[in-house]
Amino acid sequence: MTAMVRAESVHKSFGLVEVLKGIDLEVKRGEVFCLIGPSGSGKSTFLRCINHLEKVNAGRLYVDGELVGYRQKGDKLYELKDSEVALQRRDIGMVFQRFNLFPHMTALDNVMEAPVQVKGMGRSQARERARELLEKVGLADKADSYPAQLSGGQQQRVAIARALAMDPKLMLFDEPTSALDPELVGDVLDVMRDLAESGMTMVVVTHEMGFAREVGDSLVFMDGGVVVESGDPREVLTNPQHERTQAFLSKVL
Amino acid sequence: MTDKIDKEPADTPPRASLAPETIKAIPVRHYGRYVSAVIVLALVALLVNAFATAEKIQWSAVGDKLFDSTVLAGAGRTLLISVLAMIVGVVLGVVLAVMRLSKNPVTSWVAWFYIWFFRGTPVYVQLLLWFNLALIFPMLNLGPIYKDEMTDVMTPFMCALLGLGLNEAAYMAEICRAGLLAVDEGQTEAAHALGMSHGRTLRRIVIPQAMRVIVPPTGNEFINMLKTSSLVYAVTYNELLRATSTIGSTSYAVMEMLFVASIWYLVMTSVFSVFQYYLERRFARGSSRSLPPTPWQKIRVNLMAFSRERGV
Repeated sequence: MTAMVRAESVHKSFGLVEVLKGIDLEVKRGEVFCLIGPSGSGKSTFLRCINHLEKVNAGRLYVDGELVGYRQKGDKLYELKDSEVALQRRDIGMVFQRFNLFPHMTALDNVMEAPVQVKGMGRSQARERARELLEKVGLADKADSYPAQLSGGQQQRVAIARALAMDPKLMLFDEPTSALDPELVGDVLDVMRDLAESGMTMVVVTHEMGFAREVGDSLVFMDGGVVVESGDPREVLTNPQHERTQAFLSKVL
Repeated sequence: MTDKIDKEPADTPPRASLAPETIKAIPVRHYGRYVSAVIVLALVALLVNAFATAEKIQWSAVGDKLFDSTVLAGAGRTLLISVLAMIVGVVLGVVLAVMRLSKNPVTSWVAWFYIWFFRGTPVYVQLLLWFNLALIFPMLNLGPIYKDEMTDVMTPFMCALLGLGLNEAAYMAEICRAGLLAVDEGQTEAAHALGMSHGRTLRRIVIPQAMRVIVPPTGNEFINMLKTSSLVYAVTYNELLRATSTIGSTSYAVMEMLFVASIWYLVMTSVFSVFQYYLERRFARGSSRSLPPTPWQKIRVNLMAFSRERGV
């Protein structure tokens, strides 16, 4: 069985700054894959490469066995058209640090938007499904609220429901709890924990070491654009082998 | 925070019952305001008196001609040409703004050039250019679809519409561009991450949010348009100013007819200002927690407060 995500020597630069200096890793189906590391280590950039929000400069990135953003014919690479990239992204859900809910739509409309617009699902069916998803994240009563009327934690849970509405095979989480008040973090993590239990493949960039330890199946510590250490989260977090991992963990734990 | 709560004894009565008597102080007197109000009123009275008693103004003519059919038709044409030119301006402006922001260098430069030309020359000159277009293109020849003398195509109405509309498009393009740029990039990313195409993202996510930024200056542009439309006088389109001044010069009531025109311009701009308020309110959805009250709601709240006070 192919890995859900496979990265082969992924490089990414912004101008002269090289942010990713050769990332090799594999995310297995159904696993919760945690990326940790200091800010500027390239973990968010790597996550954004997975759904082609950032273009990879060198190396290969595959999702479900399919090359992201390009098509390979012989030894030549062809850039995919925007519509083809969009097609790849349909199956990859993403949750952002700043939620990025659509502020001019109610919570329900936010969740319905993509199924109706992208998949062409009928409105009544999409509405029913959206209500189910909002109930799943514990916000059935907030369906008609606008994002500005919701707390950060509620907004993030709507954002998770919105991503799930496309029935993705992979979910990307970009520091989903970093913009939240401490007391709201738990609600979001609970939803993510339920999702993990349902067997969803998840790549999670996070500073929540507790979540990584409890829910994570694999963990990667990144620093300076490279993978420094990887393995079982409980082992890496309690008994880090590398000096830089030890230094980082001693500060955050 | 928890410290503070701990320090207070558990049996402290609720704060409300401890609240001291409401302050009833004598407010500061602003004598300057009374003085300035008197001065302003006096000046206004002098001005009104000067106009009212001017021997060469026949005020009855203003009243007589205000609802004259020629004047009403002129006002109607002013409104018509303003609305149509504004529609041309908004539609073309949105297209130009999207072109300007496009990654395609050809469309982006075409838009840049258009805006450069139509913003860089006076609208009056542009109107005259359209008016005299037949000097360059005597015939309008669209192959099998359409063929006619340019002078027949470029009626005063078409000159006015193209002159005002295409000029407005250049300004609207810049307003729309500012609006599109004001929408957070995270919105586009979120839409793309959901698999939405560029066009759909623009139409469903970015433009509706940009509207909040675009609507107020667009209302301003429309009010400007109502007045700028008086320039189409030059291309012999019979709008409000032309209608009134024709009457004015034949009946020797120049000033009176200018008053008539002013009254109608003020009526149109005032009515539109109210309309604009409701439009802005509609596009504020989601940006604030509750919508601002409409003027009617404000009046109702004030009346209710007033009657409650009297009741007590």
